[in-house]
Amino acid sequence: MFEALAFYVFAGVLVASALMVITARNPVHSVLFLILAFFNAAGLFVLLGAEFIAMILVIVYVGAVAVLFLFVVMMLDISFADLRKGAMQYVPVGLIAGGILLLELISIFTAWQFSPEVAKNLTSPVPEGVSNTVALGRLIYTDYVFVFQASGFVLLVAMIGAIVLTHRQRPDVRRQKVSVQNARRPGDVLDIQKISSNSGV
Amino acid sequence: MLDIGLSHYLSLAAILFTLGVFGIFLNRKNVIIILMSIELMLLAVNINLVSFSSFLNDLAGQVFAMFVLTVAAAEAAIGLAILVIFFRNRGSIAVEDISTLKG
Repeated sequence: MFEALAFYVFAGVLVASALMVITARNPVHSVLFLILAFFNAAGLFVLLGAEFIAMILVIVYVGAVAVLFLFVVMMLDISFADLRKGAMQYVPVGLIAGGILLLELISIFTAWQFSPEVAKNLTSPVPEGVSNTVALGRLIYTDYVFVFQASGFVLLVAMIGAIVLTHRQRPDVRRQKVSVQNARRPGDVLDIQKISSNSGV
Repeated sequence: MLDIGLSHYLSLAAILFTLGVFGIFLNRKNVIIILMSIELMLLAVNINLVSFSSFLNDLAGQVFAMFVLTVAAAEAAIGLAILVIFFRNRGSIAVEDISTLKG
C-alpha cells in the first residue's frame, strides 16, 4: 500500500516536472524543474532497492550537471523569449511523433512477460545478505573493471575537452611571466653612473 | 492498480522518454532545453535499466545505469562547452544559426 502510494507520488511529480522542463518560459525554471525531476527519479530508485544509483543520481545530476546548466543559462546573455517565438507551430508534429512513440513503447512494455528460463541466465545475481552498495562495489571492481576504467577515461576526455574548448587566451590582459622575471639580470635594468662631487649630473 | 509491477515502471519510463522527444520538437530553437530533453531521455533509459535490474534480481542493469550516467555527465559538459564557445563567437544559440556553422 505504502509502496504504491510512494510510486504514484514520485511518478506523478516526475512526469509533471518533466513536462514543466520542456514548457517553462524561463530556462532557469526549466533547470530547477529538472532538479526536481532528478530528485523524484532518485526516490523511485530507492523504491526499487537501488540506493547507490539513487544517491549517485542526486550527486551527479543535481550536484554537477544541473548546476552546470544553471551556470550556462545565467552566463549567456540571450533573449529566451525570441527563441520561443514560433514554437507552437511544431506542437502538432511533436504531438504526433511523441504520441506514436508512446503508444508503441507502452504496447511493447505491457504485453510481454519474462520467460521461465530467465532466472537461469542472470549475468550477476543479487547476492544475499549484503547491501546494494557493497554488492555493486564487488561487481564493478571485478567483472566490470575494464568498463569502469573506460568510463573514467570518458570523464577525463570530457574534462580536458571542456577545458580546452572554453579556455581562451586574452591578449589584452597583462599576466605574470615567471620565466621572464627570473631571467632578469641587474645589468639589464640598472646603469651605474659615476658622478664626480660638486658638479651635478 | 495498487500492486506496482515492472510494467508500471516501464510505462513511466516510456512517458518520460516521450516527453523528452516532445521537448526537442517544442524547443527547436533553444539548444539548452534540447540538451535538458536529452537528459530526460537518458533518465528514462536509466529507469528502464534499474527497474529491469530490480525485478530480475540481476545487478548488471544497475552497473550499466551507472555507465549511462557517466556518459550523460560527459555529454552535458562537452555540449555546454561547445554552446559557450559558439555563443562567444556568434552571440546566439539558435539552432538555425548553428546550422550555418562553417569551418
